[in-house]
Amino acid sequence: MWTGILIAVAVLLALAVVFGALLGFAAERFRVEGNPLVDQIDALLPQTQCGQCGFPGCRPYAESIAHGDAINKCPPGGEATIKALADLLDVEPQPLDAEHGVEQARRVAVIREDECIGCTKCIQACPVDAILGAAKHMHTVIESECTGCDLCVEPCPVDCIDMVTIEPDIRSWSWQPPQPTIIATDRQGASA
Amino acid sequence: MTEYLLILVSTILVNNFVLVQFLGLCPFMGVSGKLETAMGMSLATTFVLTLASVCSYLAYTWLLEPLDLTFLRTITFILVIAVVVQFTEMVVRKTSPLLYRVLGIFLPLITTNCAVLGVALLNINKNNNFVESVLYGFGAAAGFSLVLVLFAAMRERIAVADVPVAFRGAAIGMVTAGLMSLAFLGFTGLVSV
Amino acid sequence: MTQLWNFPGGIHPPENKHQSTARPIRKAGIPERLILPLQQHIGAPAEPLVQPGDKVLKGQKLADVTSGMGVPVHASTSGTIVGIELLPVPHPSGMSDWCIVLEPDGDDAWCELSPIADYRKLHRDDVLNLIREAGISGMGGAGFPTNIKLRPPSDRKVSTLIINGAECEPYITADDMAMRERADQIHGGIKIMSWILRPERCVIAIEDNKPEAVEAMRKASEGTQAEVVVVPTKYPSGGEKQLIQILTGMEVPSGGIPADIGVMCQNVGTAMAVYRAINRGEPLISRITTVTGAGVDDPGNFEALIGTPTRHLLDQAGFHPERVNRLILGGPMMGYTLEDTSVPVIKTTNCLIAATENELPMPPPEQPCIRCGMCAEVCPMELLPQQLFWHARAQDFDRAEHLNLFDCIECGACSFVCPSSIPLVQYYRYAKGEIRTQRAEQIKADRARERFEARQARLEREQEEKERRREERARAAAEAQKKKEAEAEKAVAEGEATDERSARAAMVQQALERKKARPAAAATSEASTEKPDIESLEKQLNQAKGKLETMESMLDDARAAQADNVEKLERAVAKNLDRVKRAEDALTEARKQLETEDGQ
Repeated sequence: MWTGILIAVAVLLALAVVFGALLGFAAERFRVEGNPLVDQIDALLPQTQCGQCGFPGCRPYAESIAHGDAINKCPPGGEATIKALADLLDVEPQPLDAEHGVEQARRVAVIREDECIGCTKCIQACPVDAILGAAKHMHTVIESECTGCDLCVEPCPVDCIDMVTIEPDIRSWSWQPPQPTIIATDRQGASA
Repeated sequence: MTEYLLILVSTILVNNFVLVQFLGLCPFMGVSGKLETAMGMSLATTFVLTLASVCSYLAYTWLLEPLDLTFLRTITFILVIAVVVQFTEMVVRKTSPLLYRVLGIFLPLITTNCAVLGVALLNINKNNNFVESVLYGFGAAAGFSLVLVLFAAMRERIAVADVPVAFRGAAIGMVTAGLMSLAFLGFTGLVSV
Repeated sequence: MTQLWNFPGGIHPPENKHQSTARPIRKAGIPERLILPLQQHIGAPAEPLVQPGDKVLKGQKLADVTSGMGVPVHASTSGTIVGIELLPVPHPSGMSDWCIVLEPDGDDAWCELSPIADYRKLHRDDVLNLIREAGISGMGGAGFPTNIKLRPPSDRKVSTLIINGAECEPYITADDMAMRERADQIHGGIKIMSWILRPERCVIAIEDNKPEAVEAMRKASEGTQAEVVVVPTKYPSGGEKQLIQILTGMEVPSGGIPADIGVMCQNVGTAMAVYRAINRGEPLISRITTVTGAGVDDPGNFEALIGTPTRHLLDQAGFHPERVNRLILGGPMMGYTLEDTSVPVIKTTNCLIAATENELPMPPPEQPCIRCGMCAEVCPMELLPQQLFWHARAQDFDRAEHLNLFDCIECGACSFVCPSSIPLVQYYRYAKGEIRTQRAEQIKADRARERFEARQARLEREQEEKERRREERARAAAEAQKKKEAEAEKAVAEGEATDERSARAAMVQQALERKKARPAAAATSEASTEKPDIESLEKQLNQAKGKLETMESMLDDARAAQADNVEKLERAVAKNLDRVKRAEDALTEARKQLETEDGQ
């Protein structure tokens, strides 16, 4: 009887050793460096570099998401970004985490030039270098490059920067979806 | 030659592992949300099934039988399957990191997929020779893939359709799977293998 | 008989064209005010060349496009420019855009015109430039600058020039009447366009519900290479891609333009405008517009000046606003509702329908899709309208785009046949808009990322530069120190031997003193850890005071010179006063703290 058990155990051990060696070899052969997923996640984020998610920029947040962080921390990205991230990572889309801010209409910074004293503090604060100016010279925001992150409002010593909502005009107008009739089950307040 | 064809027809349609024998339902329901994911999963499972079928047959015929250790077949097959799945996981991670990320936990779950172990054990029960084992494994995988892809395509359409609130998500998925299973019952008796 | 093919799908809505073909084209006359939007074409808006108060002549250029694609805007009659303001323009949004307002003086005096006697003597590019200068853009409804469209492709030959006289949409009869009454002018334009493009074949396509127009165009093109082809009436056979398929059997590739397969399509109205521009030197200042519907007493076609408010045009036709349920600009299939009748007629305004409730009832509410598939049966582009609907509704725009959403020509055939009255085209328009917005945002985000990364790189570089410079300075200082010591040694060595010992002693003494000084300095620095607050605070206070003095002197200077930045400096002075006060307070605090510590 003992010989039988011994042979069984020996065979299993042998199998395990052989397979272990095979896997070890395969692990070396198929080693993966880096994480290209981070690039794909970063491509979906709005790049305002505002820091509202708690990370110093969009790339660090992308890296964090790749390691399993929640996808609902980005207010400038809003619902659309959450949905895109959910699609990419095959997770459930969640509502925006209010702790990090609320989704607002796109805004740009505007400097009231009468009050600007040319201190360059806002230029140093802008993460995308969208403010033009030099020391003791007038500063102005390049509207097309401004991402609306409002990191420049704080450092201004004379408080001359306003965040202005972009008004829709005839060229940026687009059709609204038709409002469908409510069906009975929707009226009960349940939603998918 | 005809027997091989019959084995394939039997495993793919008549005795489909998912819809008739109800094995491997876990990845079937879990990975069928999107068509691309489903295709990736079916490829991975095909690879695993065929390889595992072959390896377990070889392990049984050349190791367990001569040493009269056939009672060890369950644990040996699980060992073989686990190794093959690990190997597959490494290959997938290298070739498509997105697919790897998207399949997530379901890739290593192929280890515990009853369909894979079922194929290995059924091969032994049916006394299949080597070629028949390979075909059996491949046919099972092909049947699994067929159903998985069909189901995923349907689920994509159902996801955007007007489903009553109480049925949305898994519920309508189960109903659809049941209806598909009924449809596949139509193949009964086509091949008696 | 020319061979004809068929295009898939299509519908046969009731034509309703007889109402507006009973009378010949009437002149709409000169309204009280002309409103000329700066953008009536696809491309960039034009910039005004005139100012309020300027007197202009008929046909004078009022605005031109300087950068980007576009055509100029001309004065439709002589008068005075009253203003350049934001006014409602014909657009589905109902929003306003920049317009030049012209008050006619009643003279209707032309400016100097330069008709071309024989255009064939000119270079083709010159003729195209004349077409551009005449402000001609596509008058079938799209408004694409004609000079760009007529530019012969450099790499392939134009096999077919199609003149689109199909006018498939119900109610509209502008092209029909134009062909009946002005066939010669249209044919003149066709000749010019054929000369520019040199096509192998020139076809004038007219639907079979316009026999008089067919007759007129046949007569006009007798003896020429242009052939009049009658196509069966089906909506939307007047669509560019559908017409090409009917006449040539070829399909325009998805996402491509007809020029890709060597075909060019032009509207009969555009051809007429080209004739007038080259032969008479007249820019595009009027067009034929249909005014129809049961809400007007005398429906018909009008030759309206560009810029005529639609209200003027409607009044000419006997408008009864109380009867009208909906006013539509364009046709019933592809037009949109007009809320404000002050919007002007522009180059692409082909029809106005004053519809009563009976005529065009409000659509019933949208009901759930029953998946009947009628929409797919009638789609002329062979798309899957039902699938597009589901995906657009679920906001799954990737899938919708994958199903060729952008090939949809928004003809409305699918919405027309839907038994559940689902406004399908609105869903597609919404989806297309969202996708375009997302693409624009993606581009913006990519730009922002590039700028951010460039900035990071710049900051890193500056940091490295600073480090390098610091190291260099340290090294230079160390070398200078070494040199000094070497010279000192040399001086000592050059001195007398007896002095050697004393010199060496002196050096040793120096070294010892230096060594003593170092721990002493360390000791003093340790001891003064309690005190550096005072020193640094005093330094800060002195700095602040210094700044305050400079600011105050600057302020005095500014006041004396009455410069612009007086206010700014006053505020800056105030801020600096603040800072000085704060520094003083901090200093007194620290001093107090130290005393209490010492006391203990």
